[in-house]
Amino acid sequence: MNISLEGKVAVVTGAGRGIGQSIALALAQAGAGIACVSLTEKNAKETAERITAAGRKAKAYAVDVADGGAVETTALQIVADFGKVDILVNNAGTNKDGLIMRMPDGDWDAVLNVNLKGAFFWTKALCRHLIKQRSGKIINISSVIGLIGNAGQANYAASKAGLIGFTKSIAREFASRNIHCNAIAPGFIETDMTGSLNDEQKAAILKQVPLARFGKPENVSDLAVFLASSRADYITGQVLTVDGGMVM
Amino acid sequence: MAEKTIEDKTREIIVEQLGVNPEQVTPNARFIEDLGADSLDTVELVMAFEEEFGVEVPDEEAEKLLTVGDVVRYVEEKQTS
Repeated sequence: MNISLEGKVAVVTGAGRGIGQSIALALAQAGAGIACVSLTEKNAKETAERITAAGRKAKAYAVDVADGGAVETTALQIVADFGKVDILVNNAGTNKDGLIMRMPDGDWDAVLNVNLKGAFFWTKALCRHLIKQRSGKIINISSVIGLIGNAGQANYAASKAGLIGFTKSIAREFASRNIHCNAIAPGFIETDMTGSLNDEQKAAILKQVPLARFGKPENVSDLAVFLASSRADYITGQVLTVDGGMVM
Repeated sequence: MAEKTIEDKTREIIVEQLGVNPEQVTPNARFIEDLGADSLDTVELVMAFEEEFGVEVPDEEAEKLLTVGDVVRYVEEKQTS
């Protein structure tokens, strides 16, 4: 199957590392120009430089996705820089794990603000452009934790489950404008986020994974490229797990 | 050439947004029933009017703008007040 994103422009949040970086690189490899958004300027630049070194268009934007005003300004800047936007990948995410009994209110807010509200801000900032264009692909990166929950991750699970409801509402709200919205729910993928787990935790997780191994960021970005392409034009409002069979 | 009136500009925006014929955009034409606008169209229209005429239309007032004439009268009132 030939997938081309030639002439398309994608915004990827959390593009500085992990799954987001992999998605940015993969979309670029398929031909898209990439607006690399990251909280950390250095990380955003690093990804953008890797893409431009490979001969594709990319630009770095350092912005906190939880800051609505900053997101709006950056979105306008991206449209001005690239001339348009076709694909939005809401991937920026964070976690502050802890049992509810001991979870500071601030940890709840911090995770919800980045993971869920950030997706709202970006979608709101770009939807007018996509509506006018009469086409667009929005991909929200959820998590299997949003589907099955996890002790010690109530805030993270709530934000990722929230993204699923958000995804389905967007899919319905913008379907008449040829804008498709889907969610990817990765399982345990080898990134900095899962790198902090100790061996005991890793062993416990692998027991729940039929394929008995962690996934790679590329397993997620391959699906993102497909969902961003015209090959997925009849798919909207779905949650697709990339988790080695963990949730079924 | 005479300067475009509020009515001219309003009609142009509606024609572009809804893809209807200029003849259909009469003062009494209703956005939803006569011009085929859906809920997203009406939101987009209000945003386009706000941009063009430099006015801010609160949601509760936007709901009352049902016809082309409603919009022209609304903008004229806002701009003179």
